[in-house]
Amino acid sequence: MHASPQSSIGQKALMAATGLILLAFVISHLLGNLLVFAGPEALNAYALKLRHMAPLLWLARALLLLAVVVHLWTSIRLSRQNRLARPVGYRRFRPGETSLSARTMLLSGVLLLAYLVYHLLQFTFHTTDPALAHLTDPLGNHDVYAMVITAFRNPWISCIYVVGMAALCAHLSHGFDSSFQSLGVNNERLLPLLQRVGQALSLAIFMGYSSIPVAVLLGIVKLR
Amino acid sequence: MRLTLKIWRQAQDNPKGTFERYDVDDVSPDMSFLEMLDILNERLMHEGKEPIAFDHDCREGICGMCSLMINGQAHGPDRGVATCQLHMRRFKDGETIVIEPWRAKAFPVIKDLVVDRSAFDRIIQAGGYVSVSTGGVPEGNTIPVPKPAAEQAMDAAACIGCGACVAACPNASAMLFVAAKVSHLATLPQGQVEKDQRVLRMVEAMDQEGFGNCTNHYECMAACPKQIHVKFITLMNREYLKASIKQP
Repeated sequence: MHASPQSSIGQKALMAATGLILLAFVISHLLGNLLVFAGPEALNAYALKLRHMAPLLWLARALLLLAVVVHLWTSIRLSRQNRLARPVGYRRFRPGETSLSARTMLLSGVLLLAYLVYHLLQFTFHTTDPALAHLTDPLGNHDVYAMVITAFRNPWISCIYVVGMAALCAHLSHGFDSSFQSLGVNNERLLPLLQRVGQALSLAIFMGYSSIPVAVLLGIVKLR
Repeated sequence: MRLTLKIWRQAQDNPKGTFERYDVDDVSPDMSFLEMLDILNERLMHEGKEPIAFDHDCREGICGMCSLMINGQAHGPDRGVATCQLHMRRFKDGETIVIEPWRAKAFPVIKDLVVDRSAFDRIIQAGGYVSVSTGGVPEGNTIPVPKPAAEQAMDAAACIGCGACVAACPNASAMLFVAAKVSHLATLPQGQVEKDQRVLRMVEAMDQEGFGNCTNHYECMAACPKQIHVKFITLMNREYLKASIKQP
């Protein structure tokens, strides 16, 4: 008898582990982004430092890409199996325990994926706005600060970012405690605690990320 | 009480069925839900019609035979009881009640509201036991069982295998049932020898039956007439992952 990553529990463990890797990235990315409030020097120096750690950076990128692919692939397989498990549905079905975020994981996940693609096209590959690629600061380095502010001055772009982060918030508020449950790290006392921590964390992440476009639109953070 | 019932009717060996409407008068609020169906069946038989097939046995909440999805809730609106312990006073006069069978690929409908739950038996056959040598009855205190272990094992062993967890799960997953059985034996000293094999085999059997996967909605816990906690699903996940590290 052998264990299998294709089993129901194996697949759930994969979802949980890759989800937690992506959460770790989301938190570290947020901490880096918040440097925008410390001014252009701090943010641009941080960006430069990241670029100088190229081998490590590429390793992290490879790991994240792998996590995204496994998370996506497994979620498609699981959803398909779940749909097949109940070929004839109920006329009346009244769940009483689950949450809205838990029931809309697929929707928030798809929204997040669309957001991720847009975000990479905009700030990493500069496809949606090629002008952003050529901004340089007084030291001659890529001016991340100016890039962020120029982009977020457009209320439509800011709006996309806030909606994207709302999807992230919804996804995480079920995903956080769910990950621990799927990895077998939970118990009767820990369960409500993890649920509350997950909700608080996802709300904090939402407010942290959204504060940047909001601050730009309100003129609190501006070009210098 | 006057009630309107919308009941799923499906002839044996016919994959198709429909909802039939029945108006029942003079229902006493003190009747159990199954007694109300008995009264309706008596009337149907008097009229020369086919009575409604539904599962039941002990009618005191311990056998796990009764089922029914009542107004979209497994075993009806009360928490911690099976359909047999649900009383008509929980419903309003003039109410419409929709009654459906458990819905899952692994629980095919046999007739009307009766489903085939032998998938659960096959999961138990795969590992839900402890192997013991035959012979004389051993002395009761030969194997000491710590009090917390005895309590936890008993909580898991309360599962009556009714299948409400599967019926209530948005994914038709059988995780709570299998978790209760795995945890019950994994908690006791007698279950340690076959611990790893048991969880691997039972999960494999569960997957083969075509149940869905757990997405942690915890609807199973809300529907369970024995209020089995989802902490047992955590325990099973942990046992499975530990067993897979030991024998990949």
